[in-house]
Amino acid sequence: MSSVEFRKDLFADERGDTLKEIGKPTIRQDILGHVTGRTPYYDDHLFDGLLHMRAVRAPHHHAEIRSMDTSAAETMPGVRKVLTARDVPHNLNTLLSLINFGRDDEPLCAATKVRYLGETVAWVIADTERQARDAVAKVRVDYTVLPHVLDVEEAIAPGAPVINDVYPNNTFDYHEKYDHQKLRFGDVNAGFARADHIVEAEYQMSPIEQAPIETCGAIAAPETNDRYVCHTNTQALFFSLGTTAKLLNVASSRLHFIGGTAGGGFGGKVDSIVEPTAVLGAMVTGKPVKFAWDRYEEMQVGAPRGGERWRIKDGVMNDGRIIAREFTGFFDSGAYMRLSPYAIVKATGHLPGPYSIPNVASNVYCCITNRTPATAMRGFGITAADFAIECHMDRVAEAVGMNPIELRILNAYRDGDMKAHRRAAKNTALIECCQVAAGKAAWPISAEAAAQSSRAGGGTPERAAIPETAVDEEGRIGERRQGRVAHTAPSPQPTRRVAAGIHGETHKGAPVQNPDMQIDAERIGHRMGSPTPAATPAPAAPVAAPARPTAAPPAPPIATPPAPGASTPTVPAANPAQPAAPDPQAAPPVPAPEKPAAYAPAEKFSRGIRRPGSSPFTSGFRKR
Amino acid sequence: MAKTPVTFTLNDAEAALFVDPGAALVDVLRRGAGDLTPKQGCAQGTCGACTVLIDGVPHLSCLTLAETVQGRHVETTSGLAGGPDLHPLQKAFIEGFAAQCGFCTSGMLMAAKSLLDQTPDPTRDQVIEAISGNLCRCTGYEPIVDAILTAAAEMQGRPAQQGVR
Amino acid sequence: MVEVQTCQTMAEAAASLGEGARYLGGGTIVMRQVNYGDQSFHRIVRALQPERGVRGDVQGLRIGAGTTMADLLASSEVRFLHPVARQIGGPAIRNMATLGGNLFAQNPYGDLAVALLALDAQVVMSGGQAQPMERFLAERGHLRGLVEAVSLPRPQPGTFYFRKVSRVKPKGVSVMSLAGCLRSGDPRVVFGNMGPAPTRARAAERALAGGLSEAAISAACSVCTEGLAPADDALASAWYRREVAAVHLRRMLDSGASD
Repeated sequence: MSSVEFRKDLFADERGDTLKEIGKPTIRQDILGHVTGRTPYYDDHLFDGLLHMRAVRAPHHHAEIRSMDTSAAETMPGVRKVLTARDVPHNLNTLLSLINFGRDDEPLCAATKVRYLGETVAWVIADTERQARDAVAKVRVDYTVLPHVLDVEEAIAPGAPVINDVYPNNTFDYHEKYDHQKLRFGDVNAGFARADHIVEAEYQMSPIEQAPIETCGAIAAPETNDRYVCHTNTQALFFSLGTTAKLLNVASSRLHFIGGTAGGGFGGKVDSIVEPTAVLGAMVTGKPVKFAWDRYEEMQVGAPRGGERWRIKDGVMNDGRIIAREFTGFFDSGAYMRLSPYAIVKATGHLPGPYSIPNVASNVYCCITNRTPATAMRGFGITAADFAIECHMDRVAEAVGMNPIELRILNAYRDGDMKAHRRAAKNTALIECCQVAAGKAAWPISAEAAAQSSRAGGGTPERAAIPETAVDEEGRIGERRQGRVAHTAPSPQPTRRVAAGIHGETHKGAPVQNPDMQIDAERIGHRMGSPTPAATPAPAAPVAAPARPTAAPPAPPIATPPAPGASTPTVPAANPAQPAAPDPQAAPPVPAPEKPAAYAPAEKFSRGIRRPGSSPFTSGFRKR
Repeated sequence: MAKTPVTFTLNDAEAALFVDPGAALVDVLRRGAGDLTPKQGCAQGTCGACTVLIDGVPHLSCLTLAETVQGRHVETTSGLAGGPDLHPLQKAFIEGFAAQCGFCTSGMLMAAKSLLDQTPDPTRDQVIEAISGNLCRCTGYEPIVDAILTAAAEMQGRPAQQGVR
Repeated sequence: MVEVQTCQTMAEAAASLGEGARYLGGGTIVMRQVNYGDQSFHRIVRALQPERGVRGDVQGLRIGAGTTMADLLASSEVRFLHPVARQIGGPAIRNMATLGGNLFAQNPYGDLAVALLALDAQVVMSGGQAQPMERFLAERGHLRGLVEAVSLPRPQPGTFYFRKVSRVKPKGVSVMSLAGCLRSGDPRVVFGNMGPAPTRARAAERALAGGLSEAAISAACSVCTEGLAPADDALASAWYRREVAAVHLRRMLDSGASD
């Protein structure tokens, strides 16, 4: 039936061949319902007296709402209610606030200004869908049109219009410090200086609509026991429930969400907009209410995979080895953040692709524009970056005159290699994939390339090591808007070097919501900011600076001048005595314990969040 | 709001309903007749999820004014299985993984039934043409085309030719 | 809110039209507008017995406005129109969409109207008065009355050409469509979706007036976008349409007549 081929000859010794289901066709458990048309999608739940809710949408990319007149709409036949921003109890949210990521930046219904074409400014609830549409046409809104920006790099330029005061620089604030997500691994500038070729190019991907055949929608109705039932095609039932509870300021225990069946999602049904809207409608009317997007709305206001722009600069040796790779990435988040800042963190963890490159640097920007807000879609965060990386590999192959598959095999990561995000690669299989693909495509590769294995040649001392890393502090929040930093690529002038062997640096960004979630270096088997020389081999270069006492690492070979008056080592070791360090990158707030003690939580684990100011809606616990 | 009476045959039964002026057949079938098998995906004739047969040939029920089916015969997926046994198309869709989310499946089945009613032994190109008005976002169409060919073979009483491309 | 008025004949329907009314043929245009709450009309007028089908006599052909694309495909009289009708919509659309509706279809629809303009059809209004396609298309936005049928001369064999350019096969809307009726001395070349309505490429027609020589085809291709006003839409930019128009004109002429 299927044309899947299982290559059990590869890594055969790593797997007992006892699989009972994988490799055999299995009838889908829901398919009988599909072919008989009896699968219950959200709209297949029939309610007597169902009311229909439609949104009034902005016709501008960016405009101030001067005034709104709903009186004509309210007197239209069949109209039960016209709702505006004032009717939403807690009209500000960001989807990931439920996991304490990002600041609330998006209203369910725009109150004072609209930031993308099609943004909701009011709703009409009527007896029939047509009556609701007729009344929507009667809502009068006066707008003052504002200048808009639809391009990521124009959006972060100094004179660009401020789209949302919550993020006045049109960028997400990473770790409460930078206007972009940084990745630094080794020293790309030293790599470029040493390389035989520099290969640079730019890649771009437009926004892509998920385009499910069933558009986003929900039906909400009052239930017994003062609850509301909501039939929805959400892909994220508990996100939708938590978001609804927060926006409508009700206990989640009063919401009965029923999901489970979506007529296609592909990531486009996680944004939890139709659910709070439908439940709001049911609350204000006391009747069953359906709120669904039509096809135009699905395409225009349904959040797409955001557009991305990537610039890649590679330093390549004549033999094809890539010794340095630098990325500058721009995500078009649209008018609100939603899931894009998270996608960037994911993208950054993925760089530089499945290759062992000893020097990697990346700056990725999450940019606000007046486009439709972006959201999840099938591997978002990775897809465009991979498209760029693989196109670029072909360019590199061309630059050095090499077979592109052999170039990939040469540079592929292998088991034990250190990745740029400072985890060793394991279970790698790119080499085998390349070999099989070359075979399938009858693409000739050399005997040497055909003999390579992901399990051989990786994890050698130099490939397993975290290199000495050049870092900078360019691109602090707001600097770009003030015109103080012009370029977007990783800085060519690093200001500091972090010794080899350091796995990670803690930051003071988003506070940890639960002590149990605090990264505990010992427990996860990582050291944070306090290298032990024995862990990794020291850099080959001779030690130039005076040795530091005790646990201090070897100083870097090309140390930048220490800050004036600083007598601390260029890389401060964990020092509990150092008070609130001005540089959170350099001084981890978590003191490294003198000796590893068995993990014991300071507080007993409990559900819910008690931190002042935190959302009371995020789990089973709620403040009243 | 003055409603209009309309009577028609829905699969094997008579349906007599009062419909809103301007109502599309898909809404009347779903909310009036309670036949939930036609799905509404676009309301503009693009996706084919609402495909039903009217007097044996495929129509888009979202673009059909409900009162125009007065006295006519409307077939939906509800009427596809004769009694407890599935239609060969339904069986082939199950065995051939020809549905994922299932939202296009009803419309796809009706388009395919119309084809097999008129062309019992279609070529692959004829199958592709027959479902060209039905969008599927999940499967990539190949399993659907295969399943329709399998069902045709089954109904012709000869073994299915798998993967005829 | 919408009201529906059902008439027996086209003449009654024509009399019932007026401010805020729209005639419903196959439904593929009007029902879409109804579903999306179009506020420009509030009354649907339909006729139970529209003129439907193809009639031929010595004068030529007459095709009723209620003739569907499937009807055209079932008629051997209009075999030359089969390549056009076959490329409109999917099977369900072809069972519904009518010739009359296609004359009013906005971009990116209306491929049949492109062909009918090339074939020098006359549009017959209910009431009997007829006007050439070209004048009809210029006035169709503010036309009074109802289209009852079109009449057209039978094209000489081997003179009718058609090409539809779409991004999705077998069913996709037009990036552009092209039709040609290359009678010697009086050739017609028409582009669809290269302006607000199907448009004759008069410079290309002049270049082809002397016949389909290689030199004439090259000359026609080099001037074929003169007078066209394509727009940007989700399918293609105006720039792209201008760039590729000559390519598709040449392909249409090279691939031979479609009848």
